[in-house]
Amino acid sequence: MRPLLRARPTGGGPGRAPAFLAVPAVLALAFLVLPLAGLVLRAPWREAPELLAGAGVGQALRLSLLTASAATVVCLLLGIPLAWLLARPDLPGRSALRALVTVPLVLPPVVGGVALFTVLGRTGLIGRPLYELTGFAFPFTTAGVVLAEAFVALPFLVLAVEGALRAADRRYEEAAATLGASQWTVFRRVTLPLVAPGVAAGAVLCWARALGEFGATITFAGNFPGSTQTMPLAVYQALEGADPRAAVLLSVLLLGVSVAVLGLLRDQWVNRL
Amino acid sequence: MTVDARIVVHRSGWSLDLELAVGAGEVVALLGPNGAGKTTALRVLAGLQPLDAGHVVIAGETVTDLPSARRSVGVVFQDHLLFPHLSALENVAFGPRARGVPAAVARRTAREWLDRVGVGEHAAARPRTLSGGQAQRVALARALAAEPRLLLLDEPLAALDARTRLTVRSDLRRHLASFGGAAVLVTHDPFDAMVLADRIVVVEDGAEVQTGTPAEVSRRPRTEYVARLVGLNLLRGVATGHHVDVDGGGELVTADSAFGPVYAAFRPAAVSVYPERPAGSPRNVWPGRVTTAEPHGDAVRIQVDAAGLPVLVDCTTAAVAELGLGPGSPVWLSVKASEIEVYPS
Amino acid sequence: MTTRRPLATVLLAGVLLSAAACGSGSSATKSGGDTEKVAGSITVFAAASLTGTFTALGTAFEKAHPGTEVGFNFGASSTLARQLTEGAPGDVFAAASGTTMATVTKAGAAAGTPAVFARNRLEIAVPAANPGHVRGPADFARPALRIAMCAPQVPCGAAATKAFAAAGITPRPDTLEQDVKATLAKVVSGEADAALVYRTDVRAAGTAVRGLDFPEAAKAVNDYPIVALRSSGNAATAAAFRDFVLSPAGRSALVAAGFDAP
Repeated sequence: MRPLLRARPTGGGPGRAPAFLAVPAVLALAFLVLPLAGLVLRAPWREAPELLAGAGVGQALRLSLLTASAATVVCLLLGIPLAWLLARPDLPGRSALRALVTVPLVLPPVVGGVALFTVLGRTGLIGRPLYELTGFAFPFTTAGVVLAEAFVALPFLVLAVEGALRAADRRYEEAAATLGASQWTVFRRVTLPLVAPGVAAGAVLCWARALGEFGATITFAGNFPGSTQTMPLAVYQALEGADPRAAVLLSVLLLGVSVAVLGLLRDQWVNRL
Repeated sequence: MTVDARIVVHRSGWSLDLELAVGAGEVVALLGPNGAGKTTALRVLAGLQPLDAGHVVIAGETVTDLPSARRSVGVVFQDHLLFPHLSALENVAFGPRARGVPAAVARRTAREWLDRVGVGEHAAARPRTLSGGQAQRVALARALAAEPRLLLLDEPLAALDARTRLTVRSDLRRHLASFGGAAVLVTHDPFDAMVLADRIVVVEDGAEVQTGTPAEVSRRPRTEYVARLVGLNLLRGVATGHHVDVDGGGELVTADSAFGPVYAAFRPAAVSVYPERPAGSPRNVWPGRVTTAEPHGDAVRIQVDAAGLPVLVDCTTAAVAELGLGPGSPVWLSVKASEIEVYPS
Repeated sequence: MTTRRPLATVLLAGVLLSAAACGSGSSATKSGGDTEKVAGSITVFAAASLTGTFTALGTAFEKAHPGTEVGFNFGASSTLARQLTEGAPGDVFAAASGTTMATVTKAGAAAGTPAVFARNRLEIAVPAANPGHVRGPADFARPALRIAMCAPQVPCGAAATKAFAAAGITPRPDTLEQDVKATLAKVVSGEADAALVYRTDVRAAGTAVRGLDFPEAAKAVNDYPIVALRSSGNAATAAAFRDFVLSPAGRSALVAAGFDAP
């Protein structure tokens, strides 16, 4: 059969963007990429081996990957149900709740760290009874780092998943219910797979945000190599200390590792979906 | 009765009040225009929407307050709503698995159902790679695999193109005939209702306006809407023997005899058109003016305003050309008394 | 801590204003050698520990030299030094250690030789209730206690390392903070049982924190040098402010805040 319509090669086809979009788009890209390129160019590659071997870099990097991943798991476990709740059209006070969820986005992370003290610190609302009962307090522990990162990263996950849930066709859930599926089965076998791309996008944002987290972590969890000093803290310390060149190198390393991890995950998902 | 329901739903400015009884093996079509409340009724039966009053009993069990998952219903949705992330096989196995059947057994059942509806070779396919007809068959298999006591079909053929529709319709008819439970079909297409249903319930403005076998409904429509659907002219009047005084003016002479308030129905093809007052038979002759003329099958359907009564007429294309008919043309109409069906209203 | 600072600043400003009234004459004659006029605005880069004192000193300087305006950029000395070597526009730099000052002079950013205007000594800070029953530097080695210290890369951390070396103690900190205010904040919030910070910070924190002096602190005294910067577009005013800090008026204000005279 002959196609009824054939795309014409002339004129504004989909391949060519108009200048009023292309120019700012290229500017935006340059704005994002050039500072990174600057870091890469300014990194003292020649001294790289000794600089990286010295500063407990491996320890900080390992801790960063571990805590960011743990924070992402925490965010997934708590954030998906919250997103589900927020996506319900009949939820009373929904817009107010949504605004609350976005608070950590607006809050300077350092203030977030202080806020965490007031609740989960050793003298905090929940932290004090916890400390009196168990002798455990979050500040200065790796768990504290995870908590600080999760606090800052959670909105990214919630908003991404909520958006996906609202865009999803909820009638699939009805179809599942008519087939005898319990609410849990509907959620697990229909709702969640339907919004899987949104969850994946949210988890990536969440992980990336957690990996780069600095302010809340250093305020709430402190800074000690091996237990709470993540890469961003190590970068800052190097920047403030004797050797800012090491800071540049550490930044580039963190950048490289995160890009590699995200690239790997992306391939995995693309293959699976 | 497998299904016994009274469905009352109130909305602002609209309400639905419908009684429905469906026997085992019976297929009932809810036929009506958009917004009549048919889909709402179906959703209430499925447990997807609460009712404001009334009851739903399925196979002797009152399920009025039970959620969908705990009713023995299967639903075939208009746009099939197959789970996009699952293969055809997993879609069909979903129901049995949700009801606790081990996965392997559920898949075996699913495969049988896919074979039965004729899409066995597409078991591994994702819904988006299936054609409309294939998807609708999988959807039917999915609904039936859960072995429901009540099967609900919401415009199951509406999303299909004309050719696919033909084959899916006849297959659906076969599957419905072999289905042991009760079935309720929602449609706005009279032909689907005629072919698939044992009984038609016509719903207009949230209430039943007529019920009967497809033959009864198509021969003796009781509302203008049904008459139009089945392609008949419908007049209302008061009969005295072979004479009917039509509401709104005019009179008819009929072959059958009746008394009291009646409907009079006749086919558009039974109406003859003349450019001038016909000489012969003086009965059932009215002057009028053409309002519209449209092709209808291999004929032309003309709507004539005959002294305030809208009458449909089917003419051959040749006749239309010969008479030079178009909107505004003055015509004379006549109907033989023997072509008019008269029945009490 | 931060809520108490304004009160301390006001008190300090009171002390200063009276001091400045008698000290301004001498500082004016000192800088009188310059042909340029002392007027216009300058920006002073100053260590975070100087926040309270220098804010008050700036007000006093403006009063003594009508037509001048002093702005401040407070921060960790090392941060400020980096900003300056990377070309940030400043007129005066007051650092919390000789090492950080050296990075600026080495980069050729200083105009003249830095002069030490104050000394700061370390003090143990504990929450007012002292829940860890801390009595001296030896408690910093107790693993059960939560200890906050400055990172060794920053001046207060370097000083702490020296002090503990002098005392023959290996501390077991739980966190190494990036500046002295952050270190003290851990004690103020009650998260840490003890921290090693400057005496001036303990004093500025008010009643939430108690300071414990210890003899080894004398072994790790920090010099605070000040210098005018070459990049200054207002060299006369920059020099005048530096002289004002070094004057008796400036000195008495610094001593009132807990600094030692050089």
